[in-house]
Amino acid sequence: MPAPRNNPGDAERPQGRREGGPSGPKKQFFRRRKVCKFCEEAIDFIDYKDARLVGGFVSERGKILPRRLTGTCSTHQRSLSLAIKRARNIALLPFATGA
Amino acid sequence: MRNYEIIFIVRPDVTEEDVDKLIAQMEGVVAGTKGKLEKVEKMGRRRLAYRVAKQREGIYVLFRLQGSGDTVKEFERRLKVTDTVIKYMTVRIDEDLERAEKFKARRSKQESKRRRAKPAAPSAPQPAAEATTA
Repeated sequence: MPAPRNNPGDAERPQGRREGGPSGPKKQFFRRRKVCKFCEEAIDFIDYKDARLVGGFVSERGKILPRRLTGTCSTHQRSLSLAIKRARNIALLPFATGA
Repeated sequence: MRNYEIIFIVRPDVTEEDVDKLIAQMEGVVAGTKGKLEKVEKMGRRRLAYRVAKQREGIYVLFRLQGSGDTVKEFERRLKVTDTVIKYMTVRIDEDLERAEKFKARRSKQESKRRRAKPAAPSAPQPAAEATTA
């Protein structure tokens, strides 16, 4: 079941129009990035120490963003999630943040 | 021998000299257990994403080393008894490095294949297209 698409974490996609409420047409939310960032920039090993990079794939509340929002390929999503979890462990990223 | 990355956080109120002293001490631990040090990096003072030991900041130090489990065991034991260290984490990285190496090899192979294929292309591409692919 598809979740309602007005969740947090779309902060870095300003072009995405937020239309809460059941009325607005379903189409024009945020555009999905078509390619995987890590494939494009040829990053083989996603370093958990690079909080700037890894933190971009986390929602405002500190959740890992799904692939359908970020366009990451499955291989890289797996290593990305590992990197995020490592970064959380060493206090580079939050486990959860209020508000 | 395996590759490890040990990262630890020192309390923010510790002076620079004391951090250096601690690092020297830990280097001694690595040497004493027949480990091989690859890299030591002071990543500096950073904000913590959440409170650790009532601190909001910490000094990050990174060790990258080659060694056996005994090295890591001793290293971690020393970190645990050091009061100024508030958090540490060990990551085994040899598998990650190998994987990265593999990807790199594969990519360079593809790259060379593409380069070889390009001059053999039948029709001469327009200069504009050439510029974008180069």
